[in-house]
Amino acid sequence: MPKDSGIGASSKRREDIRFLTGTGQYSDDINIHGQAHVYFLRSDVAHGRINKIDTAAASAMPGVVRIFTGADFEGIGGLPCGWQVTDRFGAVMKEPAHPVLAQGKVRHVGDPICAIVADTLEQAKDAAEAIELDIAELPAVVNMKDALKPTSAKVHDDLSDNLCYDWGFVEDNRDAVDQAIKNAAHVTTLELVNNRLVANPMEPRVAVGDYNRANDESTLYTTSQNPHVIRLLMGAFVLGIPEHKLRVVAPDVGGGFGTKIFHYAEEAFCTFAARQLNRAVKWTSSRSEAFMSDAHGRDHVTKIELALDADNNFTAVRTETYANMGAYLSTFAPSVPTWLHGTLMAGTYKTPLIYVNVKAVFTNTVPVDAYRGAGRPEATYQLERVIDKAARELGVDPIALRRQNFITQFPYATPVAVEYDTGDYEATMAKLEEIADLSGFEARRKASEAKGKLRGLGVNCYIEACGIAPSNLVGQLGARAGLYDAATVRVNATGSISVMVGAHSHGQGHETAFPQVVAEMLGIDENMIDIVHGDSSKIPFGMGTYGSRSIAVCGSAMVRATEKIINKAKKIASHLLEASEADIELKGGHFSVKGTDKSCAWGDVTLAAYVPHNYPLEDIEPGLEETAFYDPSNFTYPSGAYACEVEIDPDTGKVTVERFSAADDFGNVINPMIVTGQVHGGIGQGIGQALLENCAYDENGQLLSASYMDYAMPRASDVPFYTVDHSCQTPCTHNPLGVKGCGEAGAIGSPPAVVNAVVDALQSGGFKHVTHIDMPVSPSRVWAAMNG
Amino acid sequence: MYDFEFVKPSTVADAVAALASDEAQALGGGQTLIPTLKQRLASPSKLVSLIGIAEMKGVCKNDDGSLSIGGATNHATVASEAAATYPALAALAANIGDPAVRNRGTIGGSVANNDPAACYPSAVLASGATVITNKREIAADDYFQGMFTTALEEGEIITSVRFPVPQAANYQKFEQPASRFAMVGVFVAKFADGVRVAVTGASEEGVHRWTEAEAALSANFSPDAIDGLSVSADGMINDLHGTGAYRAHLVKVMTKRAVAAC
Repeated sequence: MPKDSGIGASSKRREDIRFLTGTGQYSDDINIHGQAHVYFLRSDVAHGRINKIDTAAASAMPGVVRIFTGADFEGIGGLPCGWQVTDRFGAVMKEPAHPVLAQGKVRHVGDPICAIVADTLEQAKDAAEAIELDIAELPAVVNMKDALKPTSAKVHDDLSDNLCYDWGFVEDNRDAVDQAIKNAAHVTTLELVNNRLVANPMEPRVAVGDYNRANDESTLYTTSQNPHVIRLLMGAFVLGIPEHKLRVVAPDVGGGFGTKIFHYAEEAFCTFAARQLNRAVKWTSSRSEAFMSDAHGRDHVTKIELALDADNNFTAVRTETYANMGAYLSTFAPSVPTWLHGTLMAGTYKTPLIYVNVKAVFTNTVPVDAYRGAGRPEATYQLERVIDKAARELGVDPIALRRQNFITQFPYATPVAVEYDTGDYEATMAKLEEIADLSGFEARRKASEAKGKLRGLGVNCYIEACGIAPSNLVGQLGARAGLYDAATVRVNATGSISVMVGAHSHGQGHETAFPQVVAEMLGIDENMIDIVHGDSSKIPFGMGTYGSRSIAVCGSAMVRATEKIINKAKKIASHLLEASEADIELKGGHFSVKGTDKSCAWGDVTLAAYVPHNYPLEDIEPGLEETAFYDPSNFTYPSGAYACEVEIDPDTGKVTVERFSAADDFGNVINPMIVTGQVHGGIGQGIGQALLENCAYDENGQLLSASYMDYAMPRASDVPFYTVDHSCQTPCTHNPLGVKGCGEAGAIGSPPAVVNAVVDALQSGGFKHVTHIDMPVSPSRVWAAMNG
Repeated sequence: MYDFEFVKPSTVADAVAALASDEAQALGGGQTLIPTLKQRLASPSKLVSLIGIAEMKGVCKNDDGSLSIGGATNHATVASEAAATYPALAALAANIGDPAVRNRGTIGGSVANNDPAACYPSAVLASGATVITNKREIAADDYFQGMFTTALEEGEIITSVRFPVPQAANYQKFEQPASRFAMVGVFVAKFADGVRVAVTGASEEGVHRWTEAEAALSANFSPDAIDGLSVSADGMINDLHGTGAYRAHLVKVMTKRAVAAC
């Protein structure tokens, strides 16, 4: 019988009532009396030298308040990068300046040049057209391999070349890996592209800067996954505003997917301009602006080699990846192709030797940073594709080849520096075989063939590192932040509870799931508990939501704070019940004395805490509020096995996903319905990447897919009904809830399943020469491959 | 969007008068023009909405069996009201864009714009329809003159389109994955005196007839009749979504499917 409340219950998402009835409060819903609007005049060339910006005529246009250029920011810090990667030779990465508004050069289409502040947005746009720009176009750096040639133009004139870093991991394994590949019985090599994506959250980015001259306080309302991180980065590194004078609010946020982690120029500008003008300044991105100013995702070009011995045991993996950074380093960009990618190259397999080489490259394109999965999808995709290719070359069953190489003993220290605490890869594979009805596949294939369609099956595993992250570890790896989280549990006099959490919910369902945990611990109705998030003035601190960390890290802080509450409440109860504290039990919202029928209710204790007439004031303080910070001791390692069945129309090359099944191990699950929804969404995005989405530039650095006319988002009709299971649970061993995180799994595990299925369909249909097709596997690419 | 004056006349005569002023622009359902305005890519002084003109709205069957559709009739109306008389045309209308587009976009707007990937031009051309304006009647073969180019003169309004109803017809659209416009759309119409085939989406010249297929199908109206034909990739659109060669291939595939579905 499923539970109807607390941990494990599929409580309905309480936040959906406001989201679905139009009563959410998003950043664009915030309008401050007297606010001005800003329009950013952006570069329409990929690379150019700014010879002149003449704003005289534009400044005199109706309604114009002031026009800002890069010159207004000369004495002000640029946008900081939050992660410093050290290269294989021990040198730190190249870290070019990232001005708020372009200085000297423009470096990508969309690079902001001028910010026009006016009474209305239309007036600002009118004025933008009156600005005289003289920009000398320079050769654009677009292709990563060309960018590293000595003859290439340089994105940043003050750097020696376009190489941000050349990273090797584990560098000490390099020779041993080379040797193992040389001596292998079989080596499978695969070159592939992990396509550049644009996140496209439903809500575009917004920034509203406000300033109160009376107390010198700035407030920024912004579409952020982590308002405290923005306060820290913008306050300390860009504008020099101390934390106590800077409030950052991220109210309802309509999807993030990583792209709203980062600190953006528009946020800094609106906060800065509001102070300069003593007037609120608002910016709302158009969808067209989002395509050329939101950080993009992925964009890796990789060669992977998998070595096997004569018994088909994996002996070594070697990869070489070119990772596009774009024109500037976005907040966490350097960490994505390195520590979030190289550390996952073992996958679920006991490969003893692994070497990962990553060359991060500057180009005249929009900056690239974390996007749902961030590095882990790139690792999973190449590994699971090369294993599939190896199975085909060796003539063995791809599932059997995976099984043979599974890690089976835990904890397991990989050769890429992480330790998997727990897992059971055989269990998820067996569950997948069951839920995906793999034994029925051949019959389904025949049925497809009878309709003139090719049918293929793709199966793969994935593992990811979530619950980001142990601060001391990431500090050693170059992070310039700690990655703990915090929660305050405030019990009110009548027993209701507000939990102030550092995690930010932008679709994940925290407002439902977090109270379930506290309700379980206290034995009270979860509707007595609300969480508060997204406002730096209301919550103690928080590193925000990304890397599937919210429940694993912030949830753990909330558990710790709730434990403190229980300890104190028991002290109060022992006083009220005139019993020893050691004999007090909390169950079902009542405190009772062991072995007696004496009890008092939760509300009696909470009221006593705030009306302390009969209260042990000599021993404890009144009130019932506790804060805890939690820093994880390890990552968590969700894993799973996915199966995809596709049909291909051989006449057109069009691929349709007919079935998709996911067997995940997320450890303990707080709300199974929400977890299922997270997996659904992730798979949808993964199918989008595999079949549809493609952010493309031409050789001049013009963005070809700059709108939904050319950027294909997945729609409901592009995905099948999913079969999702998360009953295989090996609880995380090092956090109090035993949870692992589920937000990114779907997007990590699904792209290789789709492409493996496409290749299987083509191979079984007689197109034996097709061993790989790059994503997105569009109809034209399939047709070209079939006819290639 | 720049400022403009907006008028919504109730007669064709008033609309023609309004369009006579400098930089005036006719507005149908606005499915192309409004996004263009929002991006500040057009700056008409005046928009003349045609959707308030009762005489330009509706679907009716004429005494000679042909079907007339008012220029300001939206796609959803065609999808439902033409279904009995000209099911292939109704099906085409029912698959343009999404419900919002179909309830705003008009046949006159689509045909006047002549987007190279629009659906309607293929039906007009393959049906041998007549484009009727406030001034004259224009045969489809004379009307379409290359992408975004038509025989319409300044200020001329499409008041209706008159479709001869074929014995059999079908439209097959292969959608561009992002926009879901036609990457290749083929409309096949079989009349007593022969077959007409019009292709949209594929060519840099916009909608066009595939005369070799027409001849082959007029002799033998079966998918096999297409097998021996070849479509040149020259002049086909080559973009992010597919090469000219792929589009040329799809022209054949979609034509065969349209014939098979007739």
